[in-house]
Amino acid sequence: MERNPMRRQLAIMRQSLFDQGHVDEQFVQLEELQDDANPNFVEEVVTLYYRDSARIILNIEQALERKPFDFRKLDAYMHQFKGSSSSIGAKKVKAESTLFREYCKSGNGEGCMRSFQQLKKEYATLRKKLGAYFQLARQAGPVETASRPK
Amino acid sequence: MTVEQIVSEGKDQFPIGMRVLAVDDDPTCLLLLGTLLRRCQYHVTTTSQAKTALKMLRENKNKFDLVISDVHMPDMDGFKLLEHVGLEMDLPVIMLSANGDTKLVMKGITHGACDYLLKPVRIEELQNIWQHVVRRKKKDRCNSGSKDKPHPDSGEDAGIGNVDNNGKLNKKRKDQNEDEDDERDENGHDNEDPSAQKKPRVVWSVELHRKFVAAVNQLGIDKAVPKKILELMNVEKLTRENVASHLQKFRLYLKRISCVANQQANMAAALGTADSAYLRMGSLNGLGNFHTLAGSDQLHNAAFRSFPPSGVLGRLNTPAGLGIRGLPSPGTIQLGHVQNSGNPTNDLSKLQSFVPGNHNTNILQGMPMSLELDRLQHNKSVGHIGELPTTDSTTVFPGSGSLVDARITGFSNNPLLGVTSNSLMLEGSSQQATSHTSVSAIGFQNGNALSDFTLIAPASNQLQDSKADSQGQASLINCNAGQIIRSAPQEWNAPRKDAPYQSHALINSSIPINSAMIQLGQCLDRNNSIFHRTTDLDSVGPLNFVDPLSIKHSEGDNYIMEPSVIEKEGYLMFQPRPHGSHVPDNTGSLKDLASAMMKQEDDFGCNGYSLRTSI
Repeated sequence: MERNPMRRQLAIMRQSLFDQGHVDEQFVQLEELQDDANPNFVEEVVTLYYRDSARIILNIEQALERKPFDFRKLDAYMHQFKGSSSSIGAKKVKAESTLFREYCKSGNGEGCMRSFQQLKKEYATLRKKLGAYFQLARQAGPVETASRPK
Repeated sequence: MTVEQIVSEGKDQFPIGMRVLAVDDDPTCLLLLGTLLRRCQYHVTTTSQAKTALKMLRENKNKFDLVISDVHMPDMDGFKLLEHVGLEMDLPVIMLSANGDTKLVMKGITHGACDYLLKPVRIEELQNIWQHVVRRKKKDRCNSGSKDKPHPDSGEDAGIGNVDNNGKLNKKRKDQNEDEDDERDENGHDNEDPSAQKKPRVVWSVELHRKFVAAVNQLGIDKAVPKKILELMNVEKLTRENVASHLQKFRLYLKRISCVANQQANMAAALGTADSAYLRMGSLNGLGNFHTLAGSDQLHNAAFRSFPPSGVLGRLNTPAGLGIRGLPSPGTIQLGHVQNSGNPTNDLSKLQSFVPGNHNTNILQGMPMSLELDRLQHNKSVGHIGELPTTDSTTVFPGSGSLVDARITGFSNNPLLGVTSNSLMLEGSSQQATSHTSVSAIGFQNGNALSDFTLIAPASNQLQDSKADSQGQASLINCNAGQIIRSAPQEWNAPRKDAPYQSHALINSSIPINSAMIQLGQCLDRNNSIFHRTTDLDSVGPLNFVDPLSIKHSEGDNYIMEPSVIEKEGYLMFQPRPHGSHVPDNTGSLKDLASAMMKQEDDFGCNGYSLRTSI
C-alpha cells in the first residue's frame, strides 16, 4: 500500500480501471515497459493511441454516413482500431470493436450503427479515466512498482 | 550477420543485438512493438511504411536479421511485403496481426512467414523470435553446403538436387568417374569446395524457386529478364547467370508443360526408331524413369552426369539404356520444355532424342527442338536447353542441379528430368533444366510436365550421327543437334532456333561418349569457347536462345553458356565435360559409354572445366 496519499489514490484509480474492465493485462505490459529510460512510456503510448484512434473513428463516422454501408471498409477500419486498442489494453473498447466487426461481417447496418455508438461511449469513458489517471500519476511522481490487477 | 558471425562475436551475445525491422502502419502498435523489441535487447528499426521498409532492406540486405510486419497496411499488403522480402532478401519474416483467423495464419505461412503473432504481442513471444534467424541461417548454410542432400520433398527432388550437386561434382570429378553415388556423397561437401567452379553451385531450393517464380510473375513472363529477376529476388550469392540459367530452365519447363502432350506425340513421331523406344521411355520413361531416376539419386546423377556420351546413347536407345540409371533416356530432360512459348512440339520431340545417352538420335532430335524451342521461346535467359523434346515428361533437367532438385519434385515424375540427362544436358541446357527444374518444382504452371524436359543429352547427338562419333560427342551433338537443329530449325525455328543450342547442350551432355565425345569435345571446345566468350552470362541467358539456328554455335555457345551459367550458379556444371565420368553406370551400356566418355571427358573435361571456370 502506498504511503503517499497521492500514490495511494493513484493505485486505487488504477485498480478500478482494471476492475471496471476498461483495461486488461496488456496495460500491465505497457507499465512493465516503463522504466527509467522510458519514464512516461505508458502515457506516450496511450497518447499516440488517442491520436490514431480518433482518426479512425472519424473515418468510420464518415463511412457510416455514406449509404449503403461499405462493410468491407468499415470492417477494415475497425480492424485497425481494434488492433491499436488491444495494444494498449483497452478492454471494453476492444470488445465493442469485435462486436462491430461481427455486424459488419453479417452486413447488419443497424447493428453497426448501434455498436459504433456504444463504442464511442466506451472510448470516451476510457479517455477520461486514463486522462485522470495519468494526470495524477504525473503529480504523484514515479510509482514504485506496478501491481497486477487481481 | 551470419550465425557464424554472431557466434564468433560471442555466442552469448546473440540474440542480443539482433537487428530487427519492424513495420506497422499503426503508430501505437509500432511504438509498442519497438519498445518491446528493445526491451529484448534487439536492435530495432521501425517504420510505418512497407515501402520504406523495402527500400531499407534493398539498400542493404545485410542490415537486418529479421523483419516483423503487420498484415494490414495501407500502402502495401503485409503478405506482399512478406513475399518481397522472402524473394529478394531471404530474411525471416514474422507476421503480426490482430486477426488470428486460421486462414490468415495459413496465408502467412504459405507466403513464407516463419511465424505469425497475434496482437497485442507479448514480450515473451518476442523474446524467442531470434530462433527464426538462427534457423534460417542454418538452413541457408545447409542448402549451399549440401546441395546434394536431397530435399525432403521427394526423392526426385532430392535426386535432382543431388544431381545438380552431383552434376557439379561430376564435373569436377569427371576424372574420377564418380558414380552417382559418389557424386552424391561428394555433393555433400561439394558445395563447400567450388574451387573448380567459379561459383558454388546454386541450389534452387523450393524456396528459392518460389522467389524466382514470384519475381517472374511479378515481372511478367515476357518481361522477366535475369537482371530484373535477380534484383527482385535479391538473394545473396545468386548471380545473374544463375537466374538466367534457371530462367531458361523455367521457360523450358513451361514450354514443356504446355507442349507435353504435343511433345509426346511429336516425340514419337520425330524420334521414330530408336526414339520410339526412347520416346516411350522418354515420355513415359521420362516419367517413369524419372521416377526411377528420381527414386535414385543416382539416376539423376547418372542421367545427369553422364549422359553417356554418344556411345552410351547408342546403347541407351535400348530400353536398358534408357533405363539407365537416371539416364535421361526416359525423360531426357526436356529442357526445351521450358520454353514458354509453346515451341513446336516437334522440336521438343526432337530434343527428346537427345535424351542422354539414350537415344542419341532421339535425343538429338529432341534436342534441337528444345533448343529451338527454347530459343524461340525465351531467348531470355531461359536456358532452353533446346527444348528438349519434351516429349516426355522426362524433362531432364540436367544440370539444372538446383533447379532439378527443386523442380524435380515439382515435376513429380521427372526426377530424371533434372537429374540425369539433365545434368548432362543441363550443362549446356542446364539452364533449361534448371529452369525446368525450378519450374517444375514450382509446379510449373503446367504441372510437372517437366518430364518432357527430355534433355536430350548429347547422346542424342550421337544418335543422330553416329558417324559423327568420331567427331566426338560434342561435335556429334553439335552436328546432330545442328542437324536436328538445322533440320529442326525449321521446325524449331518456329519456336526457336534453339536447336543450335540444343546441340550444344547436347554436346555438353553427350560429351562423354567416346568417340563422339571426342568430337563432342571438340565441339564442346568450340562451345566452350563460345561459352567462355559468352561468359557474359547475362547475355547468355536471354541471349543464347535468341537466335536459333543462326547462332548454332553461337547459340550453342549460348546454350552452352547457359550450362556454364548454370554451372556457375552451381547447377550442375553442365560443362561439356565429357560425361563419361558422369555416366554413371546406370546400365552396362552406360558404363561403356561412361568409360568412353571418360576418355573423352578429359578432353571435355578440360573444356567443360574451362568453360566452367570461364564462366
